[in-house]
Amino acid sequence: MTAKVQTGQLSSFSNKTLAFDWKGLLRIGLIGGLMAVLVSIIGMVETFHGRDIVGGVITMGQTVLAGAIFVSSSIAASRNSSHSRLSQILGAVVSGLLATATLGILIWFSQLVNLRPIFVNISPSLIRILTFEKDLPGQLVPALGLLLAYGFVIGLFAGLLYVAPTKMRKAVTSGIIWVLVIGLLGELLRTLIVGKPIEESVSWILGTRNQKGVSVIGAAVIFSLVAAFSTLSQMFGGRLGSQVQARKAALPVNAQRGLNATLLLVIFLILWQLPQLFGIYLSDVANTVGLYILMGLGLNIVVGYAGLLDLGYVAFFALGAYTMAVATSTAVGAGRGLILFSLGLTFWEALPIAVGVACLAGIILGIPVLKMRGDYLAIVTLGFGEIIRILAFSDFLKPYIGGAQGIVKIAPIMVAGQNLTRPTELFHVVLIICAIVAFIAWRLRDSRVGRAWKAIREDEDVASAMGINLVTSKLLAFASGAAFSGFAGAIFATKLSSIIPGSFGLLVSINILALIIVGGMGSLPGVLVGALALVALPELLREFSEFRLLVFGAVLVGMMIYKPEGLLPEETRKLELHEPEPGELQP
Amino acid sequence: MAAILTAKGVTKRFGGLLAVNKLDLEIEENSISSVIGPNGAGKTTFFNCVTGFYNPEEGRIIFNGHEIQGLSPDRVTRLGAARTYQNIRLFANMTAIENVLVGEHSLLKNNFLDAVIRTPRFNREEKSAVEEARRLLRFVGLRGIGDHLARNLPYGAQRRLEIARALASKPKLLLLDEPTAGMNPQETNELTRFIRDLRDQLQITILLIEHHMRVVMDISEQITVLDYGSKIAEGSASDIQNNPAVIEAYLGRGAATGLKTTKVH
Amino acid sequence: MAMLDVKDIHTYYGNIHALKGISLEVNEGEIVTLIGANGAGKTTTLRAISGLLKPREGSIKLNGEDLATYHAHELAFKGIAMVPEGRGVFSQLSVDENLQMGAYSRNDSAGINKDKERVFKLFPRLKERHKQPAGTLSGGEQQMLATGRALMAHPKLMLMDEPSMGLAPILVEGIFEIIKEINKEGTTILLVEQNALMALSIAHRGYVLQTGQIVLSDTAENLANNEMVQKSYLGVE
Repeated sequence: MTAKVQTGQLSSFSNKTLAFDWKGLLRIGLIGGLMAVLVSIIGMVETFHGRDIVGGVITMGQTVLAGAIFVSSSIAASRNSSHSRLSQILGAVVSGLLATATLGILIWFSQLVNLRPIFVNISPSLIRILTFEKDLPGQLVPALGLLLAYGFVIGLFAGLLYVAPTKMRKAVTSGIIWVLVIGLLGELLRTLIVGKPIEESVSWILGTRNQKGVSVIGAAVIFSLVAAFSTLSQMFGGRLGSQVQARKAALPVNAQRGLNATLLLVIFLILWQLPQLFGIYLSDVANTVGLYILMGLGLNIVVGYAGLLDLGYVAFFALGAYTMAVATSTAVGAGRGLILFSLGLTFWEALPIAVGVACLAGIILGIPVLKMRGDYLAIVTLGFGEIIRILAFSDFLKPYIGGAQGIVKIAPIMVAGQNLTRPTELFHVVLIICAIVAFIAWRLRDSRVGRAWKAIREDEDVASAMGINLVTSKLLAFASGAAFSGFAGAIFATKLSSIIPGSFGLLVSINILALIIVGGMGSLPGVLVGALALVALPELLREFSEFRLLVFGAVLVGMMIYKPEGLLPEETRKLELHEPEPGELQP
Repeated sequence: MAAILTAKGVTKRFGGLLAVNKLDLEIEENSISSVIGPNGAGKTTFFNCVTGFYNPEEGRIIFNGHEIQGLSPDRVTRLGAARTYQNIRLFANMTAIENVLVGEHSLLKNNFLDAVIRTPRFNREEKSAVEEARRLLRFVGLRGIGDHLARNLPYGAQRRLEIARALASKPKLLLLDEPTAGMNPQETNELTRFIRDLRDQLQITILLIEHHMRVVMDISEQITVLDYGSKIAEGSASDIQNNPAVIEAYLGRGAATGLKTTKVH
Repeated sequence: MAMLDVKDIHTYYGNIHALKGISLEVNEGEIVTLIGANGAGKTTTLRAISGLLKPREGSIKLNGEDLATYHAHELAFKGIAMVPEGRGVFSQLSVDENLQMGAYSRNDSAGINKDKERVFKLFPRLKERHKQPAGTLSGGEQQMLATGRALMAHPKLMLMDEPSMGLAPILVEGIFEIIKEINKEGTTILLVEQNALMALSIAHRGYVLQTGQIVLSDTAENLANNEMVQKSYLGVE
């Protein structure tokens, strides 16, 4: 008994001084190091090195490296959460040192053995980046020392940030994030303002025309502004926000609705003007994002509302596009690249047909899979998507839908006697259709139909016992999801004026599903955010395209661990006005 | 009084296992009846046959003048039967009030187009549906928690919410599967009173599966005892308490003597 | 020193403050029961001790060792077993396989077989259906299986959440008998039970929980005679 008391005292004593979970620390440090090694040997660091974040000082490549070390150090600090602050900081530093040491071993090894036959990306220029432009092998020791110092500084920073007061931590983190974002998008922002009067006045932030990223002063200014704003909003923002909320809640219901509608209208009008600012390239990107939003809204009904995992969603997009193409193409004939017949319709005549065909396909797919759940449903829909793509490729259907060469000369959208062919003009059509579809999806959510879908998602048997007809409800979900996607397909076809079967691969389905998961299952604003994050960003940052799937995978895994509900999760609607504390609960 | 539910020779098999064996049962309208029996005797299986979850291999089930064996659960619900579940099955990620609104599904008429256009019919119907849901939450003693997600509610509140959801379809017959499981004696007494009030105020027939003998004996007008899928006894509380076969298979000596000495109220 | 030492734990479900500073002790060889209304935090306390839920504040110690850094599966090897409330059996596995899973942290096959026989003696129903997948059992039979599986772990500390729930009256007495028996064989037990009368009749000590706090703690005998306890939890009117 006495022995037990002594160990008890010992452990409580050691808690107050330095206590390390050495095994855990070693593991986390090594994982951080392996992450850094991984991003280096797959070529990410070198590729990203080409993009400056702070002109001439920090590149994207270095940020990715530092990020890996920083994340592992932060985790190391949080693992010691029950210990003292000092041991948390030290834990982070040790982890940072371990991570850079692992990287150091790679560098040292690359000097001993020629690794390039196996890892083609371990080039001299990569090593130069990793060793801060030192000349190897002559300066190997100072280079490695510098690297360890680098790990020490990042680990220390991560540790200090972890123990810092919450307000300060939030301010610093948001400051860094904004510098990164503006730095990354620096090139883009510059193209927006080139030749406009504003260019002169912001050049000290964005640097001169041939610079990339932001300038050093710009970075400092952005960081301080964001950090200051974050601190202020944390001190006063909550109160201000709740005051505004309270004011709004005090208004009569009709006035609240009016306010919301006005707000939405203002946002719509601002979006309407965007192409003037955006120019051709950015408008085109925006149109692509718009099409993904359309498909996201549709798949959100099927997966997010009704919980039916559909992995072949691209099929309806393809059907919409092909129907539009066959109905309007003027490339009719019997030669190469021509199709046998076309209905010769205009865009507006063909649109309802395209949507109808997709909708019908949704029902036809829906009938056989009514009884299936979860993974079985996923496999069957996956197969359906592939069948449609293979049919589009097939020689068998070539005379009708063009085979591998696809269909050309698809009719443009005509409004008031004018063809809308430029992306800046198309943008308006996409915007209107997105708004209409979002409106429909929003209104369905809080209705008898929407509730039936959600009930099926939660528990199919019980939903049925509540009087919900599973057959009609599920088919309605498939049909409306497919119709939205058909819409997107029709616009896609006319936007490119030609289509090929290669555009309708499995990856599109996965993209849409990923954007819903990242945004938040069942959430409408989530679709918008998801599309911006997973479609717009990779389009704008071309260096990413090579690593797109890797980044997707990492982002999804991270999301599932830290924010499984998505960036903007589905909100629950308040229907009972008075809401007391749970303590008031009656037993 | 007329029978609202009649089962004739109902048999349900799972592979070689005879879960319900040629069961005959008659439930009078506006009565409170109980089905009791050892674990695995086929009580819940019989509930599942009545509510359309299972299709019995043999026999007929007549509910309110309709033959219902083999109908899908939503059809049975539309004919006026509602139920709760042994292991609570709420729509966990929907709010309490939404759960009740789903229960009202079969009474509402608005469709896809109504929802998008928000026709006057839609607005009228939704408004009264929400009011009815609030009223039901108050009725089962859950005032003020309508906007909480069902999964965040305490156990007792979840049981009550399940009853509110079942009542939302305005059933003629309510099947309760172990409603007092996991409740302490005080809560059990409250619920017992509540079940009796339900019958008296709403004029509905109640059929329950229950292991709390004090509840069963206290409120049931008719008790049916099952063992290995077959009926081994039927009658009033005093008949059942003194039936040697029931004591042997289900009650045990202690519980049987205990029942005679303690009486609630 | 207490075998299990829970100090001032706080947990949250979203914004709801579920446990507001629970402190309790369980000594080796005891049966301790937690009683309280639904929503008082009894199950949450068990979940926190078994590592299924990490408390935001406070400490849980087993024989002086802080359990905060262990995962739930590691606690099984420390000798803690939990009988979860309601279901929680492996529904695709047979009754036999479920019981084998309970003995996952053991490797004495003779002892395992002896314990299995004991489970079958207690629940003859499980023996009849030992080859059947657990998912096809009735609700009450699944409850028996969950209890049987925890017994198979032969734990030092057993956390039992409503072992009598959904059982036929004839079995309710039996389950309390067996709890007493395994306690005599050296297993310490923390018991949550709505059938407070039965729980207090076999327990040494008890704690009364109300809205996430302990409001009373005493010997089982004193609690059974306490007027407030009788009125609120024993159904005496």
